[in-house]
Amino acid sequence: MYRYDEFDSDFVLQRARQFRRQTERRLTGELSEEQFKPLRLMNGLYLQLHAYMLRINVPYGCLSSRQLRKLAHIARVYDKGYGHLTTRQNVQFNWIKLEDTPAILEQLASVEMHCIQSSGNCIRNTTSDPYAGAAAEEIHDPRLYCELIRQWSSLHPEFSFLPRKFKIAVTGSPRDRAAVKVHDIGLRLHRNPAGEAGFEVIVGGGLGRTPFIGKTVRDFLPVQQLLSYLEAILRVYNQLGRRDNKYKARIKVLVHEMGTEAFQKCVEEQWEQIREGGLTLPQEEIDRIGAYFAPPAYEDLSDSVPALETTRREEPAFDAWLQNNVVEHKQAGYAIVNVSVKAVGAAPGDISADQMEAVAELADRFSFGELRVTHSQNLVLCDVRKTDLEALWRRLAAIGLATPNVGLLTDSICCPGLDYCSLASARSIPVAQSISERFADPGRLRDIGELQLKMSGCINACGHHHVGHIGILGADKKGEELYQLTLGGSADENTAIGKIIGPGFDAEGIVDAIENVVETYLSLRQDGERFIDTYQRVGRDPFKENLYASDQGR
Amino acid sequence: MPLIKGGERVDDPWISLAEGAEIPPHGPLIVSLQQWRDQRAALLARADTLGIRLASDQPTSEIADDLSHFELVALEFPSFGDGRPYSHARILREILGFEGELRAVGDVLLEQLHFMHRAGFDAFVVSSETALEDWRIAESEIRVWYQPTADGRPTAMMLRRG
Ligand code: SF4
Repeated sequence: MYRYDEFDSDFVLQRARQFRRQTERRLTGELSEEQFKPLRLMNGLYLQLHAYMLRINVPYGCLSSRQLRKLAHIARVYDKGYGHLTTRQNVQFNWIKLEDTPAILEQLASVEMHCIQSSGNCIRNTTSDPYAGAAAEEIHDPRLYCELIRQWSSLHPEFSFLPRKFKIAVTGSPRDRAAVKVHDIGLRLHRNPAGEAGFEVIVGGGLGRTPFIGKTVRDFLPVQQLLSYLEAILRVYNQLGRRDNKYKARIKVLVHEMGTEAFQKCVEEQWEQIREGGLTLPQEEIDRIGAYFAPPAYEDLSDSVPALETTRREEPAFDAWLQNNVVEHKQAGYAIVNVSVKAVGAAPGDISADQMEAVAELADRFSFGELRVTHSQNLVLCDVRKTDLEALWRRLAAIGLATPNVGLLTDSICCPGLDYCSLASARSIPVAQSISERFADPGRLRDIGELQLKMSGCINACGHHHVGHIGILGADKKGEELYQLTLGGSADENTAIGKIIGPGFDAEGIVDAIENVVETYLSLRQDGERFIDTYQRVGRDPFKENLYASDQGR
Repeated sequence: MPLIKGGERVDDPWISLAEGAEIPPHGPLIVSLQQWRDQRAALLARADTLGIRLASDQPTSEIADDLSHFELVALEFPSFGDGRPYSHARILREILGFEGELRAVGDVLLEQLHFMHRAGFDAFVVSSETALEDWRIAESEIRVWYQPTADGRPTAMMLRRG
């Protein structure tokens, strides 16, 4: 993974000291809360319902064991002993004291981490494929470009006061695990017929109140031109994006209102003026950053491990875990292991300091000391020898992190909702927990198969409900929590926005409703169909009929 | 209000033409875009230097063809969060090649100064009484830069490449 050099280290330390100065001015009253707010937001510090929340960037989801240990330390000393993995591959602490934050930032700097631009109207942490570098079908490793974007976007002199927040995602695989079509900019690495690497550039996707699927503005952008092209897009957005209404300020609205073609023309004109400038990436620089992401020292191993087959016959739980949580690796004899942070009845993505330390230990022992945070709020050990799988599984099971549910219904994505978030309309965590308990039976879960459940506590859609196969949206109806159900969304290469199926449900009713939808699917599915396949084949009517048939006038 | 330029607090030789006021015969004068359009001939007939002030929603294309008439361009920051003038400044410096004084006016606070300087501003009307102190803090805190801009500071990438 990337390692800071003296420049990067100085930079994050300088930034941490700057925040210490700002915080001191706030604590002495020199700055009012109103003046301080934009400053703390630029360092990822939010004021929530009960305390400050600090959002720490995990650069494009990559984490070292050393960094994870530091997060465990922060959880223990400054929080209540746990942290939270977010849908943007970051880590949040929900119980932080303002006066502690400068010290936390300095500690983070010591392990090459920071909170710069983890909130505010600026370019946020770039997200990517959690299997980057290891996925069997990968065309090109996206991480080096994520790192180049990280550096270029850090305290950008032109783009630190945008109309609204700005999120970039990069994938290098045909299977899109980075949801590039629902980001402000999505970049898909591929190769042209000459074998050169370049990006498909997708702009103006997004969720929130008005979901949009991004539009392709360029099929092939040579990698050397990445930053100049991004700068052109951002320059157009910074000047023309709406600033009169916060709900219309994202780039998706600009692209929609201008029309893709007009927007594209504007960007190309801007780009023509700067493409030959100082942002062109020299090949040596691409190679230099790329070298940080060179494959680890894989051993020459056989891909077939007979002992695995024996154990999986004897241990159904191991078999289930292999099937659901372990993914094919590009390197023979290795596997990608998903660490489920979705134990039955637990708050999705919450991880204790003890678990963090234990996983850091496992990463050192079994996966070259590295981990990933996924956008579905789990962890990944990317480079595990197949011969180590059983030992790893036993250790993960001992710390409650081997629930065999990755990609299944109880591996739900869920925002913090009304338990923490001051914008929330309804609670989301308790609903996710009830659903997780209702579908706790691993056999039944596996029979249901791949099914993505995504839940947001309000219309801001941080839980990405629009693109869940099943989505739940919390609302507030005259003081009562109400849950809307959407069906048919998808965040992969066939991105689709789910449709609201009918009137909402209360907190108990929504769990029954999910069960009802699942039963409808099971009764209609044809051999091998996933939920989303069946839904796409039959449409929403059968689901709707079953949902509302038994219970008139709900 | 204090004017910071070249790292010093300096006197401001410029006057701004008030709305509806007579054009003064002498002295460096800053006019709004509207005043420039309405009284172009009279303004050009003066012997003294001329500057123009743009609001954040007035793009640089409005003055691109007239730039040679101005020794100063003032860009207004109506609020902390309105970031359009940063783009306007870079376009003026890096694309249109403007070499005169580029002045930040309006809501100009310590925390924006470094961004402004990097974007191409070289003069700042700062409302704070501790303007010069603010300027020194802003310039001293961050000393690693990742983006090439017209301020000419070497980026981390340039330094790495030697
Ligand atoms: S979706 Fe709403 S409730 Fe959930 S985290 Fe976002 S703003 Fe808060």
